[in-house]
Amino acid sequence: MAARLSGGGGEHRLVSLPLSRIRVIMKSSPEVSSINQDALFLTAKATELFVQYLASYSYKHGRGKEKNALTYSDLSHTAEECETFQFLADILPKKILASKYLKMLEKEKRDGEVGEGEEEDEEEDDEDEAVGEDVGS
Amino acid sequence: MAERPEDLNLPNAVITRIIKEALPDGVNISKEARSAISRAASVFVLYATSCANNFAMKGKRKTLNAGDVLSAMEEMEFQRFVAPLKESLEVYRREQKGKKEARKDKDKKTDSEEQDKSREEENDDDDERMEEEEQNEEEEVDN
Repeated sequence: MAARLSGGGGEHRLVSLPLSRIRVIMKSSPEVSSINQDALFLTAKATELFVQYLASYSYKHGRGKEKNALTYSDLSHTAEECETFQFLADILPKKILASKYLKMLEKEKRDGEVGEGEEEDEEEDDEDEAVGEDVGS
Repeated sequence: MAERPEDLNLPNAVITRIIKEALPDGVNISKEARSAISRAASVFVLYATSCANNFAMKGKRKTLNAGDVLSAMEEMEFQRFVAPLKESLEVYRREQKGKKEARKDKDKKTDSEEQDKSREEENDDDDERMEEEEQNEEEEVDN
């Protein structure tokens, strides 16, 4: 349920994310016993601010805007480059094409070196072929 | 309570709207990007909760309060959120107070059955309500 200002339409809501769902996520942490109502509200509101910040930062610093889009690659790039968002690095891994990954493996074998994961810009229609530790949602 | 995977996700429509509000008009958001942001948001909640909980434990409290969440934001390097969060909290508190007083009026007039569903569904001992000062009813609720 969204906490609302009186007389509001969609844009006038104080917070849009449902507090009940936020609470479920918070409570999934085993060490948490109780959550005060204000803390619940603040967490929900902070999450909204976070979503806005992550989206706008990634768009601004990414290459997706060359095509007027926000892409997964922009987000993954942010997680890697920006210290504030580094806690997301594991869930937003870089993606590369499977063919390129296989080539990398071959090169590693040949050179005996540890290859670095290369940053690849992701084409929208290559998403099916991308390899990555994608935690399915 | 066993959480199914989808319970730890936030509603797609709401996430999408928040993203759109943050970007210039007409920017496309790939489905994969949206899904990734949604997951990131859930992780953010977990991280913030864990961090806030540390502050609560430092203060020897078992209940997370507003101050813990604000301290967590600073700790997580999201200081930029603190001022807007404090503002929103003020509004929220006024709103909650108004609802409480409206409920009390209803209770006086009708039966004592709680009709307002502004509280969460769980009625365990989670919520500590703010102490409410019984003052003159200065604030009318316009609903």
